[in-house]
Amino acid sequence: MSILVFIESNKNEIKKSSFESLSYAKKLSKLISSDVIALTINCSEFTPLGDFGPDKIISIKDKKLELFNAHNYADVISNVSKSVSAKNIIISDSINCKYLASLLSVKLNAAFVSNVVSIPNSTKPFIVKRSTFSNKAFCEIEINSEIKILSISKNSIGLNKSRSEPIILNSEINFNESGLASESIKVSSGSVSIEDADVVVSAGRGLKGPENWNIIEDLAKTLNAATACSKPVSDMGWRPHSEHVGQTGKPVSTNLYIAIGISGAVQHLAGVSSSKVKVVINTDPEAPFFKIADYGIVGDAFEVVPKLNQKLKAFKAENN
Amino acid sequence: MKILVCISCVPDTTSKINFNNNNTEFDNSQIQYVINPNDEFGLTRAIWFKENDGAEVDVISVGLDNSDQILRKALAIGADRGFRINQEALDSFQVAKLLSNHIANNNYDLVIAGRESIDYNGGMVPGIIAEILNFNYVTNCIGLEIIDKSAKIKREIEGGIETLHCKLPLIIGAQKGLVEESDLKIPNMRGIMQARQKPYEIIEDKTEEIKTKTLRFEKPESDKEIKLVSPDNLDELIHYLHNEAKVI
Repeated sequence: MSILVFIESNKNEIKKSSFESLSYAKKLSKLISSDVIALTINCSEFTPLGDFGPDKIISIKDKKLELFNAHNYADVISNVSKSVSAKNIIISDSINCKYLASLLSVKLNAAFVSNVVSIPNSTKPFIVKRSTFSNKAFCEIEINSEIKILSISKNSIGLNKSRSEPIILNSEINFNESGLASESIKVSSGSVSIEDADVVVSAGRGLKGPENWNIIEDLAKTLNAATACSKPVSDMGWRPHSEHVGQTGKPVSTNLYIAIGISGAVQHLAGVSSSKVKVVINTDPEAPFFKIADYGIVGDAFEVVPKLNQKLKAFKAENN
Repeated sequence: MKILVCISCVPDTTSKINFNNNNTEFDNSQIQYVINPNDEFGLTRAIWFKENDGAEVDVISVGLDNSDQILRKALAIGADRGFRINQEALDSFQVAKLLSNHIANNNYDLVIAGRESIDYNGGMVPGIIAEILNFNYVTNCIGLEIIDKSAKIKREIEGGIETLHCKLPLIIGAQKGLVEESDLKIPNMRGIMQARQKPYEIIEDKTEEIKTKTLRFEKPESDKEIKLVSPDNLDELIHYLHNEAKVI
């Protein structure tokens, strides 16, 4: 029996969330005594994977898979999965993984459970906990299919190193090429994406206008953080939709979330609730965000943020 | 062009989430149900196809009779025909299978669902339908144009936007950006009156395809104690973040 982990990489750089998927698989393998197989597509750098304990790496290199295509990737993962008789397939909660997972679930007649936040508390029956109601609650799900696909909520399991010397198998896999074709990819200029960031600096209506976002961007730069915003800010067009955090925007499960001039509507709070440490900066001490934050500053963003940025810069210079 | 919009009936985004019966059931007392926001962006885009290109728009939901008011609203906004598959929605596979049965019998060119429902957050239904019926599938969809049975689609990716194209039939997972929040339609009196005359069918169908079962719920730990830092003492905040929280 095998656990298959799909490793996402971009130009040989493996995504951090894939290491978390591997950490999850390794923990699961101890519960159900399986081996762990990592599957890479067009990746040539395997060394970092060895830190997370896979028994085997299946490497697929194919020019036709250079661009992500959910149909093609699902077909490849399905074929590999069948060839190694994988019973559990572990992926991250990334946009692309969730996209391909529902296609994959039909190909393998598998259940797919997303937003998983813990290793199973029972394997017979197989029961896992996932977040639901847009992070306002958790639920325990019993999975009844023989093959299971789990996507792991970012930062829920963490990274767990366990050194191994995996066998590397170069494999060729046939797949049906999809009729869906990519025309172009436009990358947002020079910023860290919210999905990948360890720190997110987010701002709301308290900033008074899009022209004031330079203080947010400066702070984000110092912290190597992604920038985000509240719903009204994206609705008014001050910032792009891709930055909208909350129930109808995107959830953020980052290590550090700094909310500036955001009062904290329930939908926004739900979206950030799985972030580990939350800091709020707001003039109004009654703002709901203070109820869920770990650290708070009652003060004017226009004074506090530039000052905090200066101090953080000095701190970073000292500690690097 | 024939379009189907799949609609999930969800608690309003401001709802307080509570559970009953030893945390095994969702407490739906005092809950206002609405069209799932992601589905509503999709519905609005579908109505534009109707207004601009003469498309026919059907709406469908899997659920019991409490979904009727949501589908009636969709008809009042401008959809032509409503369908409800009379089964309690229990699992994504079950819902997708039931919807696929309807789609297979009705020759839709385009099926629109939301990226995910804001209650279960599974995000699986459109992908499962796509794979069962061999449709092209794009989720996180923030732009869609169709000319001569060819679709041009924009989808949000991590750190950017991808543009794709394909032939119909197509199924998309809609989200905000496909239309703006300000584009969403509020039914007017005329729409509500017309909706009463529109075809509305209750479909009896079922499937054994259920792969998961929700056992119980729990709520996240309640409010924690916040540490307040004076704006004049920002070094203290940096100290906490570095030494206590260890996040910088």
